[in-house]
Amino acid sequence: MSEQPRVLVDVSHVTLRFGGVTSLDDVSLQQHAGEILSVIGPNGAGKTSLFNCLTGVYVPQEGAITFTAPSGATRSLLGGKPHDITQLGIARTFQNIRLFNALTAFENVKIGVEAHQRTGPVGAMLRLPRTRREERDGDKRSFELLDFVGLRARANELSASLPYGAQRRLEIARALGTDPQLLLLDEPAAGTNPAEKRDLEQLIRRINADMGVTVLLIEHDMRLVMSVTDRVVVLNFGRVIAEGAPADVQRNPAVVEAYLGAPGEGGDGDAAAG
Amino acid sequence: MNQTQLLERGRKLLPWVAGGVLLAIMTGPQGRVGQPAYSISQALHPGHLFESIAITVVVGVIAQLWAARPAQVRESITQLRSESSRFYARREVRYGVYAALLAFAIVLPHIVGAYWQEVLVDKIGIFALLAVGLNVVVGFAGLLDLGYIAFYAIGAYVAAYFTGALPVQPPFILNDFYILFFAVAAAMIAGLILGAPTLRLRGDYLAIVTLGFGEIITILAVNLDSVTNGSRGAPGITSFSFHVFGINYDWGLSQTPYYYLLLVFAVVIMVAFHLLENSRVGRAWTAIREDEVAAQACGIPPVKYKLMAFAIGASTSGFAGVLYAAKISFINPSSFTVLFSILVLVLVIFGGMGSLIGPIVGAAAIQWFFAYVQKHDGAPIPGIGVKIPIHPEDIYLYVGAVLIIMMIFRPQGIIPSRRRAREIGLAEHGIGGADATGAPVGSPVS
Repeated sequence: MSEQPRVLVDVSHVTLRFGGVTSLDDVSLQQHAGEILSVIGPNGAGKTSLFNCLTGVYVPQEGAITFTAPSGATRSLLGGKPHDITQLGIARTFQNIRLFNALTAFENVKIGVEAHQRTGPVGAMLRLPRTRREERDGDKRSFELLDFVGLRARANELSASLPYGAQRRLEIARALGTDPQLLLLDEPAAGTNPAEKRDLEQLIRRINADMGVTVLLIEHDMRLVMSVTDRVVVLNFGRVIAEGAPADVQRNPAVVEAYLGAPGEGGDGDAAAG
Repeated sequence: MNQTQLLERGRKLLPWVAGGVLLAIMTGPQGRVGQPAYSISQALHPGHLFESIAITVVVGVIAQLWAARPAQVRESITQLRSESSRFYARREVRYGVYAALLAFAIVLPHIVGAYWQEVLVDKIGIFALLAVGLNVVVGFAGLLDLGYIAFYAIGAYVAAYFTGALPVQPPFILNDFYILFFAVAAAMIAGLILGAPTLRLRGDYLAIVTLGFGEIITILAVNLDSVTNGSRGAPGITSFSFHVFGINYDWGLSQTPYYYLLLVFAVVIMVAFHLLENSRVGRAWTAIREDEVAAQACGIPPVKYKLMAFAIGASTSGFAGVLYAAKISFINPSSFTVLFSILVLVLVIFGGMGSLIGPIVGAAAIQWFFAYVQKHDGAPIPGIGVKIPIHPEDIYLYVGAVLIIMMIFRPQGIIPSRRRAREIGLAEHGIGGADATGAPVGSPVS
């Protein structure tokens, strides 16, 4: 890529405060279209707060966040309702899985797929041609996505009855159903076993490469972060302390310090060495 | 069974005996001025006391027998249940059941007497329609609406207005079939006006606002004398009639024609709501009910969808209001009190929230019970020769008790929707909250 890659999301000088606590402090970062960007940092560093600012759950006191659609139109994400932001093309998963438990895996994905459909109550009650067509298309797309995440065989099982790793993948399928430009994954590997982690790694690569979806990843599992991401942003105490290629960030002294504590600070140095 | 076991069983019945005494006092006569002990002394009159204790002890014995049912019975019930649900899950069986129910509903007015024909229309039919509409609000969208009858009143008063039965004269007199459109529109607009600001509120606040709205409409109907004719009501609302291509038919004041009219409307509305439930809109409601935050993440605007459910419910209520006004030909504010809002809610909860025929079954069962007690008050039941010891004025007490028992043993209602039953089952295992009507709404985003 010789030319400058297109900026998809531009976060500039964002500050978010809750009373006296500053959760994000002058955070600036850019995500390019097509890349996999990871945001890492210790617990409480402000990673999920950043996600919530992107998806309209929180409105930061200062700064700007813009999103550039493929058409070239740029929109501010500040003050947008979460469902508007989904409609714009930003989908997310949750740190603590939030599936619709009483619905089947298939129905969960279908609700995501229906985000861009237009059937209203009248169309639904009268089964107008458009409703039928949208139902058919929705079914087809939902099965494709279940196939994509490897859950086709469990389409009719209740989402609550699926194993943990499968629930993670189902949530990703539901988010992909909304046909996003950008997919925000909030700790997708949390609580999964090594085999599931490998599957997830593959899945994230395929989402990025095959579907052409840009991915923003929050993750604690360093092996996953280092293997799938193009670029890493490190947050600590709400500030960006490092940014760059995974290998460079790993060697950055500020990052090592944030994770392991400064050498000579109590017994932490010994723990880091060991 | 040995003596100690028997004694143990007997001891367990003591609370039920105490409950019987309480019931006797609650269902006793009203007090008299200057005789403070009159009510209680009459309530504890041996005959009345014995009847009340008999009721609670019988219930107590049944509850004990049920609790002590042997493991074999327990197993066979579970087996029967799973088998029957598997059987019922088959499409042709389900449609067969619906067809049989419809056939039964068609012949029903011809096999019952005049009293029951009237009950079928005025009590069961109209309220079944109301319950089906409220089911969209409560069952599908998970919103608690305690002022539902207000929209019914709006529909009824629109009917009175356009048939010239109110002190204010309409610009033109309309046939009831056309009035249906106006009434549905008026009720829907009222629903939108009430819903737009309040549906942003969380569950319990919505309940209070709708309760207030219901009261406002009733009070308006009483006090806006120059428009509504106050508590004297509006007499002379014309009945449904049909004049097309030289065919003239008037539904008049008779029962059976109205019964069939109601049946047709109810079937059409139920089919429409069934399609609605299994569409994008219905799934969006389920999503909001289960997890509003996740629903928003799927691009569903919650307020818009809640408003939609609220407006659809309100229109159904307004629709039923026209049918009621035209059938009875006279309305006054006492038909639209808050008690009726609660009653319709009870029908929905009892029958099964969110299910297609649950509200109809709820309406049929509870309204039948009301009418039955009313009919046999003081008179012995034919065939058995015993008087039932339940009096019409105490009826809500018993319905309340039945509802409490239902909430303990079968919270999903008599005929639950599959989704709802699953939700309740999962919530009992600590997975997921219920909805705006029940458990706390989704915890804050992490």
